[in-house]
Amino acid sequence: MTLKGRSIAKGTGTGELLYTDTPISFLGGVDAATGIIIDEKHPLHGQSVAGKVLAFPYGKGSTVGSYVMYGLARNKVAPAAIINTECETIIAIGAIISGIPMVDRLDGDVSGLSGMITVNGSTGEVSTAE
Amino acid sequence: MELDKYDQALLDGEYGESRQKMMEILLALGKIYDAERFIPVKSVQVSGASFKTIGEAGLEWLSSIDAKAVVPAFLNPIGMPRNGWEELGIPQSFAEKQIQVNEAYVRLGIRPTCTCTPYYFSIVERGDHLAWSESSAVSYANSVLGARTNREGGPSALASALTGKTPEYGLHIVKNRLPQIEFRLDDPEAAKKWTNAEYGALGVVAGAIAGNRIPLFMGLRPNRDMLKSLGAAMAASGAVALYHVNEITPETRFPFFKQHIAEDEREVVTIEVAEVLDVFKEVEVSAVAIGCPHLSREEVTRVAELLAGKKTVMPFYVFVAEEMKVSCAEELAVIAKAGAKVVPDTCMVVSPLMDHAGAVMTNSGKAFSYLPGMCGVAPRMGTLEDCVRVGCGE
Repeated sequence: MTLKGRSIAKGTGTGELLYTDTPISFLGGVDAATGIIIDEKHPLHGQSVAGKVLAFPYGKGSTVGSYVMYGLARNKVAPAAIINTECETIIAIGAIISGIPMVDRLDGDVSGLSGMITVNGSTGEVSTAE
Repeated sequence: MELDKYDQALLDGEYGESRQKMMEILLALGKIYDAERFIPVKSVQVSGASFKTIGEAGLEWLSSIDAKAVVPAFLNPIGMPRNGWEELGIPQSFAEKQIQVNEAYVRLGIRPTCTCTPYYFSIVERGDHLAWSESSAVSYANSVLGARTNREGGPSALASALTGKTPEYGLHIVKNRLPQIEFRLDDPEAAKKWTNAEYGALGVVAGAIAGNRIPLFMGLRPNRDMLKSLGAAMAASGAVALYHVNEITPETRFPFFKQHIAEDEREVVTIEVAEVLDVFKEVEVSAVAIGCPHLSREEVTRVAELLAGKKTVMPFYVFVAEEMKVSCAEELAVIAKAGAKVVPDTCMVVSPLMDHAGAVMTNSGKAFSYLPGMCGVAPRMGTLEDCVRVGCGE
């Protein structure tokens, strides 16, 4: 199946879905060296974003979070792609400077998708393998 | 969004890969804020200048960019003075990284002005579109100079520097610049005797109430330095990027603005003078810090007059832009002779200088708001005269 959203950062990425309904702060929330979510209050605490299609509502926290995303990409532990409900500037800029494909405002619910998911940040399309 | 030929060429990579990425950043901002088109900017002020804030990843990103600014672009204060950091006890490991950050910006064509007051060194005219970052500079440009800028982040400001464009939304659009909350004083007569410090304290109180709304002050007659102090404090205690003072700031003289003030309803809040004076609580201090935002020529002159022939008895910091240091050399020599440390390029908030100071006295409402959180020190608000008196043990 295919969902359609808005293109934010171009490129294509494929990975397993890592979904949360809780906003993420990359500064102080995600370890740039390992890609592990270190915010103890976050439901995904302890999980790695590396290679995943990371879906969350929107970013929060310091604007320096964009640079943390760049650090993840440099350390090869960045998400394969990002899906936001409604993107804001920290995540959008972080995704663009880090080369992480990103879309928002999908026309359907992403939380139930399973298997490998492909995000096309250039067209805004999100599709499953089946 | 509507793109002109130049915008499209930037996005297509015709001006190189770095500028293409920069335009993608601006396009994303345009989408987020529903801009209809891009507009040219006259100048840019870039934040993200201290290694303390941007870190290793930020430095790596800057180093990866290969393009030069196409409009005048100024750098925000950095984490230390470029010269003489050794004497101030800045660690070598930090200084080396900070120097690399500076070099990266210079390579991108960003002028290393290292100041939060770029308006003293560049011509800004009413109605100019800018892409400035630092909150007090944004407030001054919008409110006092009547220019138009949103509060940019480091990457978006850099993107505007390297492309000359910004998406048209927010405070670039005239109808978004009208007041949303009105402030009055219970005793406007009292304000006639106020200095910059009382205006800073008013900013501390008003910013917390205004949040991100656009305030309109009635019945005040502040000069430019008082406006600077008021705006800087409101940008710190609140998120005020634009405010108006009726009959004083430029946009309040526009006929459509006058009409709006007369006809439109908004929340009116009366601030008591006692509330403002309450900010000046006496606290035992171990250092004094002046120059947040960096001092104007008039302020430098006043500090020199007050310190002439005196001796400071505790660390007394005076923060200025390097260019001001050059043009006010005589006054600053008087200040230094009194034992005060004249520090360019940085400030009490972004450098590690205050980190172990205990309690610090300042005449700045902005520094008063930030010192506890950013430096872990207790702040004391005082007029410049009181700062000199306490700093000289009188």
